Amino acid sequence: MTTQEHAVENVHRDDIRSRMGMWLFLFSELILFGGLFLMYSVYRYMHQQDFSIASKEMNTFLGTLNTVILLTSSLTMALSIAAIKKGKKGFSIFLQIVTILCGIAFMVNKVIEWSHEFAEGNFPGSSILANKPSGQILYFGMYYSMVGLHGLHVLIGMAIIGFMTVFTIRGKITKDDYVKLEAAGLYWHLVDIIWIFLFPLFYLIT
Amino acid sequence: MEKIKSNSDHEHGYGLYVLVWLALVTLTGLTAAVAGINFGKLSIVVALLIAIVKSYLVLTEFMHLKTEERTFRIFIFVALFFILISLTLLFTDYSFYTR
Repeated sequence: MTTQEHAVENVHRDDIRSRMGMWLFLFSELILFGGLFLMYSVYRYMHQQDFSIASKEMNTFLGTLNTVILLTSSLTMALSIAAIKKGKKGFSIFLQIVTILCGIAFMVNKVIEWSHEFAEGNFPGSSILANKPSGQILYFGMYYSMVGLHGLHVLIGMAIIGFMTVFTIRGKITKDDYVKLEAAGLYWHLVDIIWIFLFPLFYLIT
Repeated sequence: MEKIKSNSDHEHGYGLYVLVWLALVTLTGLTAAVAGINFGKLSIVVALLIAIVKSYLVLTEFMHLKTEERTFRIFIFVALFFILISLTLLFTDYSFYTR
């Protein structure tokens, strides 16, 4: 019994470097979105009026609601790690599932918003949008590419957390070995940070 | 004084996370409310400042940068610094084209 426990403790593992690896990956994500944010800033600088008019089409209520949903999912994610550290496996699994449910709620809101935009004719390639000033076309182009790419990240994040939930149930993520869950959490929080910037930049232009 | 524990894996209480979440939700409400007021050119500055404060909270508390090794913070600083350089160079360039 004691020898077994001793052996487990000596398994070669470096959690700090594992997290550092995850951070390095997150920087590549930062470059990916950073480029888009740079493009956005130039287009907005060139077409301030059009961006302001086009952003009026956005549903600010749904945008704010989605921000709160994503922030809440970040909370439950952080809490699930705190719970597994305390050895509360069941509570951690519950919180991970809540995080995924928040992700689903976020995506449902996005579907509602996008269907509305599509019904209004504000989608890439539509003749209604093509007749609008170029600044508004650029706004919707940036909106669909940036928010779409972010939505893709939410979907991937949900899938990753889903795997983590399975790992936790099967006992691969435990009180003593939870670095996988931490890495998934880091990814999820980055997705949250990107939305923190997307929200005012697309919904709240005065 | 508080850093007697040498273990880097600090025990995080649930309470602190809930407080951070409350602050984040409050700031979201503030951004949405402030957007109704017309600050003119300052509107975007106010919106971005609030977004930066929110990101700082997520980075330090939820992503544990506060208790992580110093190397992590240096990495982030360098990454953000390069984005800032890109932005500065880009706008120096554009200010010549548009005038």
